Amino acid sequence: MSVAPSSPGQRYDRMLLPELSVTLRLEQPLLPVMPRTPPRAPFCFSPSRLRFHRQHEFFEDGDIHRHMYLQEILTHVTEVTERPKVSEFCCHIVGCCQVFDTLDSYEHHYNTLHRNMCSFCKRSFPSGHLLDTHILEWHDSLFQIMAEKQNMYQCLVEGCAEKFKSSKDRKDHLVKVHLYPSDFRFDRPKKVKSSTKHRKLPPKLDVSVPMDVSVETCEQLQMDSMEVCSSESLESPTQPVSGPASSLQEKQLYKARIPSTICFGQGASRGFKSMKKKV
Amino acid sequence: MWSRRSCRYRPDAIGLEELRARRREQESALRKARRQQQLVSKRLLREDSIVNGDGQAGVEIATDPLSEQEVLQLLRDVQRGTEERKKSLYRLRQGLQHKETQQRFVRLEGSMRILIGLFTSSLADVQMEAARCLHELSHSSDPAVSEACLPATSYLLTYLSGQSVELTELCLYTLGNLAVESNTVRKQLLPQGIIPALVSSIQSPHLAVLEGLGYVLSQLLQAKEAPTKIIPHVNNALLVSQGIVSTLVLLLLELASGMSKAATEGLELLICPVLRCLSNLLAEDETEGCKVQIQDERLLVALFLFMQHFLQQHPFLVQECLWLLNNLTADEPIFCSAVLTLGLLPALLQLLACSQMMTLLVLTVLCNIAEKGPAYCHQLHQQAVLPALLSILTLSDVQVIGQSLELLHLLFLHLPEAADDFVSQAGLQALEQHKDNPQLEERVRALKETSLQPAATSQIFPHTASAAVLPST
Repeated sequence: MSVAPSSPGQRYDRMLLPELSVTLRLEQPLLPVMPRTPPRAPFCFSPSRLRFHRQHEFFEDGDIHRHMYLQEILTHVTEVTERPKVSEFCCHIVGCCQVFDTLDSYEHHYNTLHRNMCSFCKRSFPSGHLLDTHILEWHDSLFQIMAEKQNMYQCLVEGCAEKFKSSKDRKDHLVKVHLYPSDFRFDRPKKVKSSTKHRKLPPKLDVSVPMDVSVETCEQLQMDSMEVCSSESLESPTQPVSGPASSLQEKQLYKARIPSTICFGQGASRGFKSMKKKV
Repeated sequence: MWSRRSCRYRPDAIGLEELRARRREQESALRKARRQQQLVSKRLLREDSIVNGDGQAGVEIATDPLSEQEVLQLLRDVQRGTEERKKSLYRLRQGLQHKETQQRFVRLEGSMRILIGLFTSSLADVQMEAARCLHELSHSSDPAVSEACLPATSYLLTYLSGQSVELTELCLYTLGNLAVESNTVRKQLLPQGIIPALVSSIQSPHLAVLEGLGYVLSQLLQAKEAPTKIIPHVNNALLVSQGIVSTLVLLLLELASGMSKAATEGLELLICPVLRCLSNLLAEDETEGCKVQIQDERLLVALFLFMQHFLQQHPFLVQECLWLLNNLTADEPIFCSAVLTLGLLPALLQLLACSQMMTLLVLTVLCNIAEKGPAYCHQLHQQAVLPALLSILTLSDVQVIGQSLELLHLLFLHLPEAADDFVSQAGLQALEQHKDNPQLEERVRALKETSLQPAATSQIFPHTASAAVLPST
């Protein structure tokens, strides 16, 4: 069977691949195959599927091409500089007075603060997983009962099925096995409400305390809760210092009194006492 | 796909020759790094940047580096709960685009704690800005700087399961940059559960998140310890049973059929990993229980389309297509048959003159075809494989010649008249120049003997159907 010589490029550019499959089925019978026999010396060829290890120089040109490309590309930031601005609007969640002028910033705010919010105590969490764990451990009375008999405190790391009999044991596990920081912000144990809690306050706020002024104070008010504190109203510079009192009403339910070393709102200065260079 | 930055060069500032020289330098640095198994590239997400006037393939940074005092001051400012905090943080972030500022920053005691505190803030825009600072640090070429980000990793992972797309994307690229930095970093990331966290992110409907996820995974897999520590999480047999092979084949077909219609710049970057994937899957050990078989001849057409299209600009892709072609033709008569009956042989023979590796691969594919039997050899001969072989025999590369001798042997074995034609086209003389090469001499001699025997008395089976086996459909 002879084939009319034509440039393969021309032939196949014109063909649509789906059409080609029809052609293939109808017109091209399989050529008959001989059973495989071993090679005859001194010849040694035998068909085999090739494999190269990943550092093989076979891949060098392709890898280099890819990295040249990687080093040249810029960004894929979704239109940060041209976010459409709208007229200012407020967050709709009750008690949150944050104001926005772009949809993206509102969306981020909402996702950070309100999406995974506990409906019992209004605390926010960075993910649904942590929220679920919180609800179970803080608001489920059955949990407390069962926890007395069996290990109920689930490891926070996704994919780890370990359970523990106490929050402390879980934390030890997180630190030892999963190499989490010992002050991981989203694993603070639920404490019994008592008047001694204000001693949680360090004598002075210095660099060893994770920074976020009003969030810290709010959290100390709420007794080392395992969540992101929704205290944005404290941040707004337009509010008078005494303004946030109403949004604190709810939070005041959880504490004895505000220690005198705390002050709210604008003007609170938390400086470093010293900044030493690391050797 | 990520887009190449649009370079806004000042035309008078740099010559084309210098640009080329820079590019060659960059390329040779990359090759050297690869040979030392240290080929690492990080990615940077940043808002807009302009290429500075001398056309450097780097990013112009709008401001100067910050002095240590300035960093200290900014760190104080960001701890104040005021509107100024955002501006200070922004200024810090700009400064952190410079390596010197990065180094100064990480050397200051407590700086990372402050940054992490801001990163875990309840204020979305503070958090975002702090995340961008972390990202700049992760991109640093100074390992001390990126390793200083280690305390942040548990939080980066926590936020992966959050819902803010922009934050998740940024966390992913930051993690990807950190993952490729050193074994130290990975030894923390893996126990912290990075892989399950990534698995959850696959559910995301957002393209940006999926791209970032791909980035982290690809960086993790670059690790030297990946084969033992990371890849065991992957199960090829399972992948195959889930239909990955047909998905990849369909992808290649789509890419091929779209090629004539759309712009194809950068397409090779997408085709290449798919080719490698398929070739590797085909080469999977049968004992693992996942012998892969592909039977879609359209794939063949797609491969030839790629080879023809990319031969001039990206010959590496032709080489990798030929590798896949070998893995397809080694065991499947369907593809061997299709090469011949679809008239693809001339295109294949054209590749014989290109490079040593390509020539070797083409010859191997031809051997795969010839090995299938007399009907195949007959077609090869009809379609002028002998003249091509004769010109190959004038080369001196031992591997290339060796493979051509193997091919000649197969042709003569199944098709005695091929030997006669070989002789009449001065084939014996062509063999002469190799007769003294120790790696070739035995085979040269054997071929001479075979070709000098008259066809009627050869021990070879005549090419009738009695020796052929029709494959089951």
